[in-house]
Amino acid sequence: MSLLVFLAIWQGLAVYFNSHTLPTPEAVAKVFQQACISGQLPFHLGVTLLRLVVSFTIAMLLGCAIGIVLGRNKKLDAFFDNWLVIFLNVPALVTIILCYVWFGLVESAAILAVVINKLPNVIVTIREGTRTLDQDLLDMARCYHFGKRKTLVHVIWPQLHPFVMGATRSGLALIWKIILVVELLGRSNGMGYQLHLFFQLFDVASILAYTIAFVAVIQLIELLILKPLDKKALRWRR
Amino acid sequence: MTDIQIKINNKTYPTATTPSIANLKLSLNSNEFICLVGPSGCGKTTLLNIIAGLDNDYDGEILVGQQHTHPKIGYIFQNPRLLPWRTVRENIELVLGEHQSTDVIDALLEVMQLTQAQHIYPERLSLGMSRRVSIIRAFAVDPEVLLMDEPFVSLDAPTARQVRALLLKLWQQRPHTVLFVTHDLREAIVLADRLIFLSASPMQVVSEIIVSIARSERGNELAIESFRQQLLQNHPEIKQLL
Repeated sequence: MSLLVFLAIWQGLAVYFNSHTLPTPEAVAKVFQQACISGQLPFHLGVTLLRLVVSFTIAMLLGCAIGIVLGRNKKLDAFFDNWLVIFLNVPALVTIILCYVWFGLVESAAILAVVINKLPNVIVTIREGTRTLDQDLLDMARCYHFGKRKTLVHVIWPQLHPFVMGATRSGLALIWKIILVVELLGRSNGMGYQLHLFFQLFDVASILAYTIAFVAVIQLIELLILKPLDKKALRWRR
Repeated sequence: MTDIQIKINNKTYPTATTPSIANLKLSLNSNEFICLVGPSGCGKTTLLNIIAGLDNDYDGEILVGQQHTHPKIGYIFQNPRLLPWRTVRENIELVLGEHQSTDVIDALLEVMQLTQAQHIYPERLSLGMSRRVSIIRAFAVDPEVLLMDEPFVSLDAPTARQVRALLLKLWQQRPHTVLFVTHDLREAIVLADRLIFLSASPMQVVSEIIVSIARSERGNELAIESFRQQLLQNHPEIKQLL
């Protein structure tokens, strides 16, 4: 219902202003259809999604491991705490430019720039989660000789689940925005590169068509992957 | 089963000026049910944590037979400490070794009347049922010593009586050495072969008393009350510990 209202308002404004900088939903749909048929949109969307998956996986795996270690070790945490704050506040644009300058306009530099931007965020979230772990349950695991792997899988990870999901959702939102900048600045494919091209041509209909496609994919990830994961992990709750 | 000797010369917390436990010697005979009775804060939980290997910051030794080692333990905490995201059965299975048979779980669930509840999550259990699961978990590992830290303290009287009876039934079927901490003298008399009364600051043994009531008579309230009265009369030093 809210979507229909949104489309109606959009249509009304587009007709009222009658400007090529605000195309009607119908015009955007036509561009979307043509981009899909030509294969341009699926290709560039696929490239961006691939970068998203790779950088997101690296950032989450590294971030979770470092976050758990810092959450459990006060000395290491005190040593790295200031560095975390610094990296949290370095502008994304600076790390992207530096990665391209130092490592060249290559794929690995692009991925590295995204990972560096996301990593501190994951570390801080997981570190906070680790600090709230239930010591009674950890003691129980020690008493019954669970060992490290069993303790991590059955005692620590379920407690960190809300924090991991929080880092995942904020991570996806942050990473795809950074990836577009990374692609805009130093890649010759992907959504960011295409949007930059459309900007130079003032092709607002294409900009909107590509944006809608990407937002739809992120929504699908939420609906088909994250929500079912949440449901499965929290099935024990009343 | 092997006899266990516990000798704690000194246990002082880093922020404390006086020791919590000093020159404490306990001897646990195989398959004996021992109740530790002492005032709140006297260090009973600290003692259990030392035996369990959760607290290693103390001067002393624990001997299992002739070996300097921590005994294999089953620990029943005040709070059952079940993993809420694992079912009753999974909580018990997790404490078993990788190659250990799970048949024992079925037998234990049956004795504790929890067969029907084995696939539900702890949040849906009553307090009494949660306690019974933690008892099963402790027995499942076939421990050298079972540590019980006031496991029935938050239960209402009828539920506590029911779970206590089930515990005794299980213990009589599968005898183990038990160290049971309680404030409640009646409960201690119902359960124990031997009572050990402990003082506070530092914790020391005040009296050791064998409960001479036959196991078959432990359900007899009059016999329990009569023993309690006699105990208080003959050992006035324990009154201040209750």
